[in-house]
Amino acid sequence: MTEIKRYQEDDQVIIQINGEIDASSSIELDEALRSSLDESSKVLVDCEGLSYISSAGLGVFMSYIQETKQKEIQFVLYGMPEKVKSVFGILGLDQLIKIEDSKDKAKEVVD
Amino acid sequence: MLTEHKYKANCSKDQLRKIRAFVREVLQEYSVSEIRINELILAVDEVCANLIIHSCSCDPNYSIDLIIKKDSENIIFEFVNRGESFDILHYEEPKIEELIQSKRKGGLGLMLVNRIMDKIEHEQTKGSDIYRMYKAV
Repeated sequence: MTEIKRYQEDDQVIIQINGEIDASSSIELDEALRSSLDESSKVLVDCEGLSYISSAGLGVFMSYIQETKQKEIQFVLYGMPEKVKSVFGILGLDQLIKIEDSKDKAKEVVD
Repeated sequence: MLTEHKYKANCSKDQLRKIRAFVREVLQEYSVSEIRINELILAVDEVCANLIIHSCSCDPNYSIDLIIKKDSENIIFEFVNRGESFDILHYEEPKIEELIQSKRKGGLGLMLVNRIMDKIEHEQTKGSDIYRMYKAV
């Protein structure tokens, strides 16, 4: 079961992911990201509860790299379990997307 | 071969979660780290997602078989596909920079499989394709 919540905190939109993102659930992630990037120039993704991600989820994050750069949107993922972070590292996406260890560090980056 | 585990899945995307659970259960029997288990689950998930979505068009009347074997050197993952044949060995990888530029969401699955697995074989038999993937342990 995958649960994706969105909420506003200060001037930031936070997307909280719980569960697994695969070919079935990646559409939900895409919708949450699309709405958040349309609403705010500071978007954080809480990955503490993200237990698994497949290429479908990585592809969703990858598809917004260009847009966040062009529109100067501050976009940071945080709190990823080590095994999930290592998946971002396989294709070097950890070098192309900002990933921080904690919410505090992610907030420092966007403030 | 010391051990062999088999799982049959209908070609529906909601089977992917069950396939991952099966792979996890099998790999936990072997002495494999949690990070490595997660990578191997990912590679199997990617192959199965490709077969279910592209070879079998998510038609639950089709099924794929997954067989996990272990010998003294390797864990071997064998996939039997009865849908449309896919030549995994001659798949041309896209460049990640081009995928980013074009804002594409797809194209990463088999790149991950190629990075994670040590060796990939493809065997065509009458009515089915067998993909065999090896990971040294």
